[in-house]
Amino acid sequence: MSKTLTHKRENKVVKYSLIAISVLFLTLMLVIPLITIISQALSKGFNVYIKAVSEGYTFKAMNLTFIATIVATILNTIFGICVAWTITKFKFKGKNLLGALIDLPFAISPVIAGLVFVLTFGRGGLLEGAINTIDMKVVFAVPGIILATIFVTFPFVAREIIPLMNAQGTDEEEAAAMMGASGFQIFRKVTLPNIKWGLIYGVILCAARAMGEFGAVSVVSGHIRGKTNTLPLHVEILYNEYQFAAAFAVASILVIIAIIVLILRNIVEAQSKK
Amino acid sequence: MSKSKRVIPGFRLTMGVSLVYLSLIVLIPLSTLVIKSSGMGMDKFLSTILEPRVVHGYLVSFGAAFIAAIINSIFGVILAWVLVRYDFPFKRFIDGIIDLPFALPTAVAGISLTTLYSQNGWIGKILYSLGIQSAFSIFGIVVALTFIGIPFVVRTIQPVLEDLDSQYEEAAMMLGASRARTFFKVIFPEISSPLLTGFGLAFARGIGEYGSVVFIAGNKPLKTEIAPLLIMSKLEQYNYGGATAIAVVMLLTSFLILFVINGIQLRNSRLKKI
Repeated sequence: MSKTLTHKRENKVVKYSLIAISVLFLTLMLVIPLITIISQALSKGFNVYIKAVSEGYTFKAMNLTFIATIVATILNTIFGICVAWTITKFKFKGKNLLGALIDLPFAISPVIAGLVFVLTFGRGGLLEGAINTIDMKVVFAVPGIILATIFVTFPFVAREIIPLMNAQGTDEEEAAAMMGASGFQIFRKVTLPNIKWGLIYGVILCAARAMGEFGAVSVVSGHIRGKTNTLPLHVEILYNEYQFAAAFAVASILVIIAIIVLILRNIVEAQSKK
Repeated sequence: MSKSKRVIPGFRLTMGVSLVYLSLIVLIPLSTLVIKSSGMGMDKFLSTILEPRVVHGYLVSFGAAFIAAIINSIFGVILAWVLVRYDFPFKRFIDGIIDLPFALPTAVAGISLTTLYSQNGWIGKILYSLGIQSAFSIFGIVVALTFIGIPFVVRTIQPVLEDLDSQYEEAAMMLGASRARTFFKVIFPEISSPLLTGFGLAFARGIGEYGSVVFIAGNKPLKTEIAPLLIMSKLEQYNYGGATAIAVVMLLTSFLILFVINGIQLRNSRLKKI
């Protein structure tokens, strides 16, 4: 009631010019770039588009992107739940430090994230000897790509569910524990229903970022076509070879995924508000 | 707290998993930066980071990220305001698309913006005819960093603005304050803290950004070369020491920015309590 009163006094001119500025800014910065991708992808005709999208290297890149995304998302979700449980359900020294360390990858440039894995596993690296003895390749190989992807998406799930679990407190879990429920039972029956949407949201964000990661993966991949090439790296290679239509065609796959992610995000958010 | 008081099970397991995973993925790889840079000696470290090309790279990265964060702060406040306070057609679409930069892979954004702002692009055509070199210039770098930073400020201010109690605003207006005065004296102090957080996040993200910038920057040494690209090119020459030195300075500066912003926030929240 009182809110509508303030709203009525709002100057109409201010209102419409602010809306106009917003719409203009977003059209210029977000909508037009999106349209550009689609129009460039189809600029050489539909056949070129289909050919670029269904090419063997594209498939292999898609495959690797898929593997890295699945592994990173699963591991980071398990970790996210564990660390959120530790931080929100118990008191211990160094809790703030642990919280800050989880966020660390957010503050680190993707290129540096890639660099640290090259330094760890690459020539003269800290663990070079260890991985050589088990005859494994990390840098310029698939494991490196997966590790770099895990690193950059590390905090996503934890960050989404820690505030939710904090707000929820520990009373319900304590009651369940007193009644003899096991840890896993408590999580599944008491905690999970309350954090469900936050968890799903975190998983979506994690997967989206994992799929699109470029800088970190670029450093560790070595750009070996058909072997260590993810979709974003494949886009880069095609673009640098002046195969613009093909580059944008592959990019359009990622655009479609991004739009699906945004729609999912909206649905999840609407559900969690219910 | 003594162990007997912990009613909820799973402390050891979740803490163990969290610490092992955190160490393996983040801490041990990051420690290689310290090991590598301490092994290279002060002279070599300093001579690397004081190379004119490197210093210029820092200036470009930090300067462009700063300008982009300022632009995003201004439009972020307007966008958050419009989305919280006004109703208009397609509001949900506008709200949803703001997260596009989070969902769209940076490399895809990069090639799209480059095409758009180059001499033959839809926007570039107009800007070039006005005498503005919009691609392969600092201008282009700022455009790319603005793109990836859009969601940060909007998303940090939006919830605060939604929860804002309108009675102070009404009181101010009843007492005869103008709309603008009410905004700057009543509302702005409330959103200044999330604004600073959003600014800090966008700034830190911009400093380390690689994928969206590298295409539009043109990467001319001493002109439009960004710091993450310098790390990349040192790595390509197998100059791991050089890459590490550049990375360490970037990392410390990013941490410093986040640290200062956290400090300001902490002081503000303490002042509020008094």
